[in-house]
Amino acid sequence: MGFFTKIKNFIVELWGVSDTSLNEQILKDIDSTRFVVLDTETTGFDYENDRILCIGAIVLQNYRIPIQESLEIYIQQEHYNKATAQIHGILRASVLDRPNELEALQQLLDFVGDSIIVAHHTSFDITMINKALERNGLPRLKNKTIDTAILYKKTLLNSPLLDRKDSYSLDDLADKFDISKKDRHTAMGDAYITAIAFLKILNKLKEKKGFNFNNYLNIDKK
Amino acid sequence: MKNTISQRVADFLKNFPPFSFLKQRDLELISEQITIIYKEKDSVVFAENEETHNSFYVVHKGAVALRGNHENEILDMCDEGDIFGLRPLIANENYKMEARTYEESILYAIPISVFKPYALENKAVGNFLIESFASNTLNPFSKSHRGKLYGEESLEADTKLLDLQEVKYSKKIVSCIATTTAKEAAEIMRHKNVGAILVVEETFPIGIITDKDLRNKIVTGEFQITTPVSEIMTSPVITYPTKMTVTQAQIAMMKSDISHLCLTIDGTSNSKAVGMLSKHDVMVSIGNNPAVLLREIKRAKKFKKIKQIRASIIHLLQGYLDQNIPMTLITKIISELNDACTKQVIAIVLKKTETSPPVKFSWLALGSQGRSEQLLLTDQDNALIYEDVPEELEAETKKYFLELSARINKGLFEIGYDYCPAEMMASNPNWCMSLSDYKTKIHHWITNTGKNEVLLSFIFFDYSLSFGDTELVNNLSDFIFEDVKANPTFYIHLVSGALQSQSPTGFFREFLLEQDGAHKDFFNIKNRALMPLADAARVLILSHSVKSISNTAERFEKLAELEPNNSELYTACAYSYKALLKFRTKQGLLHNDSGQYIALNTLSKAEKIKLKSTFKTIKELQEIIRVRFNPSNIL
Repeated sequence: MGFFTKIKNFIVELWGVSDTSLNEQILKDIDSTRFVVLDTETTGFDYENDRILCIGAIVLQNYRIPIQESLEIYIQQEHYNKATAQIHGILRASVLDRPNELEALQQLLDFVGDSIIVAHHTSFDITMINKALERNGLPRLKNKTIDTAILYKKTLLNSPLLDRKDSYSLDDLADKFDISKKDRHTAMGDAYITAIAFLKILNKLKEKKGFNFNNYLNIDKK
Repeated sequence: MKNTISQRVADFLKNFPPFSFLKQRDLELISEQITIIYKEKDSVVFAENEETHNSFYVVHKGAVALRGNHENEILDMCDEGDIFGLRPLIANENYKMEARTYEESILYAIPISVFKPYALENKAVGNFLIESFASNTLNPFSKSHRGKLYGEESLEADTKLLDLQEVKYSKKIVSCIATTTAKEAAEIMRHKNVGAILVVEETFPIGIITDKDLRNKIVTGEFQITTPVSEIMTSPVITYPTKMTVTQAQIAMMKSDISHLCLTIDGTSNSKAVGMLSKHDVMVSIGNNPAVLLREIKRAKKFKKIKQIRASIIHLLQGYLDQNIPMTLITKIISELNDACTKQVIAIVLKKTETSPPVKFSWLALGSQGRSEQLLLTDQDNALIYEDVPEELEAETKKYFLELSARINKGLFEIGYDYCPAEMMASNPNWCMSLSDYKTKIHHWITNTGKNEVLLSFIFFDYSLSFGDTELVNNLSDFIFEDVKANPTFYIHLVSGALQSQSPTGFFREFLLEQDGAHKDFFNIKNRALMPLADAARVLILSHSVKSISNTAERFEKLAELEPNNSELYTACAYSYKALLKFRTKQGLLHNDSGQYIALNTLSKAEKIKLKSTFKTIKELQEIIRVRFNPSNIL
């Protein structure tokens, strides 16, 4: 991917505050920060040719998820891939009244604002969205992002006894945290699972020694 | 806007009153307005006298405790589907109770403005609310199990000491002699209306016949009714002295799985029988007690039920600690109960599994549970051994047991055991293997010992059988002893591992506290005090090749017996271990956690001195090991 470089002390340099105090600040700010947890269902994994079918996004602020403020958009399709329809069950014409890609993106941008975006395997969802933005002549997302797949690894015991996997799927997280997998593989359902997993991860990380939340905030520098 | 999440919420709510009375469509409309709230364990939802929020709450996951004006008194415990914080909204007054999460919880906040029209319009909803307010519990449907759940009723002051009262036994002994026929014995039993008859010679008990013996041996036609009782009696009789407490009697029955105890003058079968004690005698007067809980566990058909029983177990534990009952006794009872919970979870899973296990298997508890020292809920550490199968069946067999283990691990999780962070669980392919694979693995630890292997041995070697086949486990234990004996260098590694545990005090004898993290300035009682003792006990007991004692205090007691010249120190170790365990348990109960970290400023001066005195013992013990297992002495 290469678009996203992890910038450890971005804000530190910017504001000249110490690393630890900033970290505490951010942990405190978790209470008030507006996070948007999102997931996309796509026609496939090819950034160039595949398209977003559906976006599910929910707001997470102060440990609360107001259902009313969530966003679930099914996008009108030009391109369609039969193979992935079996996974997400979205058929080409099954949802009426769909906005086109541009309208959907505008809704999404309004919704996200300057919130921190949380997703599982962020780079996939963000790249998909950025490609769509590009196609429609819109600027890329500038939001800070957090990847629960990476953050989760930080909760794992640092012990030689534990066989770590390279990558943990959303299913792994749902099993670990006892989150119901109902609605798995719908954008909204996955966004919800990600949100709850994110909260549980934060809760675990608070107990960890010297954890620096900042290190896991990614900013698109490009 | 209707969406996937609001539907998910509606699907949950429709299972619980009063939402179950609403139309699906209305419920969906309400669900769209709901806010989902995540709360860490022990965080306040609303405080006493706080101004009301504009929503009331439904517990989706976890549990919320409602407490009254005396902070610590739990008035109500809400779990999945229970509503709380509604009455003040309707009555227009401030909150009368404090609501605080008892576990990590997910709540649904339902705005009163959205819900009120339905409450007014829908009669069933209104009635439900009126009823629940009147009964002063928030959910009348859960009222029935509430008393049992938290034991408020059964642990009243007057029943508290009952467990330690001496048993009241029947002094009129119903007995017969060896030549009495089965028929005559049965007639005596009917006449006296008892379930067991003692067979005596002179006045000494030589056997016992219970209803069960008659059923199994006579009614089945296996023996004639004219058979003399000496041929069908259970012998020898398990005897106890007359001075025993209710709790001891229960343990004795649990231990031998019998329903009657014979009491004799000196407690052996070589003295006069003076009384009989039946299970029934013990149970009659007591409500919430180990035997009753044990029976309830065995009857449980759902994980959720076991979770409820576990709450009573914790309550019992609290009661025992308050009454200063000996720690040995407490650990025995509580670990027995915890063990029964695990067994029942496995039994439930097996019952629900369509295909029965292809070969014999054993489920092992590791770590503190294996040492029968687990009083509070901690993480689960377990492993599964299955019988060796021909190579072509191995993959299939392993798959079967892995799937079985995954369900058992999930079941244990549901009753409150967290997943092991190091994945030392039977659902992990490394801890679900055939007997020979275990042997290969353990042989590797013993012959190629590095830091990790020592660590693994430490956790694994404290196993005890929770469920399944005894043979497999014995076979493995024998193998370990033989292999360790053949490879004495292994001791050196074990010892260096045991000595590595951090010292509890610094140079000036002050407590060493955690340097950073969430437990900064707390004392880690597990790592700094309990572990050094447990590790040392393991090395020593292994060097004496003593099998089947895995409890640390018991290990020290055995060591005191085996090494008379060190018996004083070992006895002190056993005592210290129990004292430390008690400390930990009390702290854990106080904070509803595992009690691993202790805030020193909450301890009294006397408690601190007591704690420190145990450290001296630890130092002396480590010294002995250092000398004894000095590499030059072994090789």
